[in-house]
Amino acid sequence: MSSHYEAPIRRPLIDGDKSYHDISVDVAAPVEGKANKLWWIAFSIALTAFLWGIGCIVYTIGTGIGVWGLNKTVGWAWDITNFVWWVGIGHAGTLISAVLLLFRQKWRMGINRSAEAMTIFSVIQAGLFPVIHMGRVWNAHFVLPLPNQFGTLWTNFNSPLLWDVFAISTYLSVSLVFWWTGLLPDFAMLRDRAIRPFQKKIYGLLSFGWTGRAKDWQRFEEVSLVLAGLATPLVLSVHTIVSFDFATSVIPGWHTTIFPPYFVAGAVFSGFAMVNTLLIIMRKVSNLEAYITEQHIELMNIVIMITGSIVGCAYITELFIAWYSGVEYEQYAFLNRATGPYWWAYLFMMSCNVFSPQFMWFKRLRTSITFSFIISIVVNIGMWFERFVIIVTSLHRDYLPSSWTMFSPTFVDIGIFIGTIGFFFVLFLLYARTFPVIAQAEVKSILKSSGEKYKKLRYGNHE
Amino acid sequence: MSNKVVQAMYNDDDILMDAVKEVRAANYHIEEVYTPFPVHGLDKAMGLKGTRIAITAFMYGCVGLVFSVWMMNYMMIEQWPQDIGGKPSFAFIQNMPAFVPIMFEMTVFFAAHLMVITFYMRSRLWPFKEAENPDPRTTDDMFVMEVIVEGNEAELIAFLEKTGTVEIKVTEKH
Repeated sequence: MSSHYEAPIRRPLIDGDKSYHDISVDVAAPVEGKANKLWWIAFSIALTAFLWGIGCIVYTIGTGIGVWGLNKTVGWAWDITNFVWWVGIGHAGTLISAVLLLFRQKWRMGINRSAEAMTIFSVIQAGLFPVIHMGRVWNAHFVLPLPNQFGTLWTNFNSPLLWDVFAISTYLSVSLVFWWTGLLPDFAMLRDRAIRPFQKKIYGLLSFGWTGRAKDWQRFEEVSLVLAGLATPLVLSVHTIVSFDFATSVIPGWHTTIFPPYFVAGAVFSGFAMVNTLLIIMRKVSNLEAYITEQHIELMNIVIMITGSIVGCAYITELFIAWYSGVEYEQYAFLNRATGPYWWAYLFMMSCNVFSPQFMWFKRLRTSITFSFIISIVVNIGMWFERFVIIVTSLHRDYLPSSWTMFSPTFVDIGIFIGTIGFFFVLFLLYARTFPVIAQAEVKSILKSSGEKYKKLRYGNHE
Repeated sequence: MSNKVVQAMYNDDDILMDAVKEVRAANYHIEEVYTPFPVHGLDKAMGLKGTRIAITAFMYGCVGLVFSVWMMNYMMIEQWPQDIGGKPSFAFIQNMPAFVPIMFEMTVFFAAHLMVITFYMRSRLWPFKEAENPDPRTTDDMFVMEVIVEGNEAELIAFLEKTGTVEIKVTEKH
C-alpha cells in the first residue's frame, strides 16, 4: 500500500465505499439511462434560445451590421463584450486540466472533463462574434494568410486582431485534441459496457479502438503531460492577446499595460464561476456527488476569491495610474467610467466582481452549495459588465464632444447574445447525456490514495 | 505453437504489479498487459523503454517556429513590405517584435497537433479502428497479463495461478 500513500490530513476526493467497477457504473449511468423531464425542459428552452439566436444572426447577415445598436462613436459594443466574455469563461477549463495537472493537484480529476467541455463550447460561442461582426461573412477566409488572386495581398501580421485569429484557433484546436485524447479510455469503457449494437458502434468509433496496453498508457501519460505544458502558456497567451486588441490601441481607457495579467485573472475568475454553475447542477442531476464533492466546490470558491481580488487590485491600479499619469484624457476616461452616464454599469462590475467574492473568506459560506451557486451567477454577470464597461465607456465619449453619444442594444444584439447562451447549453446538455462526464480512468488511478474507503482502511475511522 | 498465449486476469492493480515482477523474475516473457487505467510504475516493472514522444513534440515545435518565421518574413518583408502604423518593415529583425505572438502560437500549434498525431499513429488509434483488448472488462476493473507460452504450458499455468490471478485463459494470438 505504500505506493498509494497520501497524508491522512487530506480529505478524501472520492466519497463513499467505491470500487473500480462502481466508478464505471456511476459514470456510465447518465449515458445508459433515459433523460428525465427536467432535462427535456432545459433542453427545449436552450434550443429555443439557440434558434432565436440563429434567426437574429441570419437577419444580421442578410441586412447588415446596421441592425445592431452600433453607431459612429461606439463601433464595438455587445459583440466584442460577448466575445471576450465567452473566451474568458473558456479559460477555466484549461486551467483546471493543464495548470492543475502540472501542479499535481488530484482534485482536478473529478471536474476536468466537464471544465474542458465548457472550454470548447464557450470558445465556439466566442468565435462566432468576430465572424458575424465582419458583416460579409462569406469573406471570413480573408483572415487567413491564403494565396489568392491578388498575388501579393497578405494578412497584416502587425495587427493584434490577426494575432487573435491565430491565438483563438490554436486554443480551440489544441483544447479539442487534449480533451479527446483524455476521452479515449473513457469512451472505450462505455463501448465495452454497451449492450445495444448501435451504441457499441458509436462508442467504438469515438474511442478510436483504445485497448489500454501498458505502452499506450505510458505514451498517454507523457502526451497529457506535454500537452499540459503546452496548454499552460497557451491559455495565458490567448487572453493576453485578447487584451492586446485593446491595449495596443491609443484609446484612453484601453491603452494600458496592466491589461494582459488583469484580463487573464478576470478570465480565470469568470471561468471558475461558470464551472461552479454547471457542476453544482450536474453533480446533483447525474448523481455524481461522490466524485464532485463539497471539497471540489470549496476549492473552486477559493480560486474565485483569489482571482476576484486580483481583478479588484487591477481596477484600483487602473484608477491610480490614470490619475498618476497626469494625462487629462486618461483621467477623464476613468472619471467618466465611474461617475459618467454609465456609472450603474461600473457599480455592477465593482460590486459583483470585487465585493461579492470576498464572502468566500468565510468557511461557512464557501462550503454552502446554494451560496456558491448564487455567487457563481453573480460573478458571471459582473464579468460581462466588466467587458461592457471597458469597451463602451471608453468609446462613447471620444475626443470630439460633438460626437458623444450613448449605446443602446437593439433586439438583434440581445437576440444573438441569448442565442449563444442557448447554443452553449444545447451543447452542454447533449454532452452531459452522451459523454463520460468524469475522467473515470484517472479517477480510478487515485481511488486507492484518495478514496474514502481506502483512507479509512489505512488510518482507521477517526476523523 | 509460438503464438499461443496465456491470459491471466487480476482484479487489483497491486496484485498485478507483484505478479508482473514475479513472472519476469521467473524468466517468462510478458507479451502485453491491459489495464483500465494508468498503473504507475507498470512500464518499468515490465521493462518497457521510456517513450520518446516528448522529444518529437520538441522537434515539431521547432518546425512550427521556423515555419512561422519563414512565412511572416516572406509575406511581410520580402514580397510586399508596407509601412503599417509606423512599424519598420525593411528588415525582419526590426519588425520581429510584432511577430512574436504568432511565432509562439505556431510553435504550440505544430508541437501539440503533430505530437498527438504521432501518438495516435504509434499506438494505432484512429476512427473505425477495431479494439483489440482481450476482454471487455479490461476497460472497467480487470487487469490482463498476456504471457507467451514457451515450453511447458501446464507449468506456466501452475506458476501463474500462484500469483493471485482470478481467471486464466489460453488462446491463440494472431
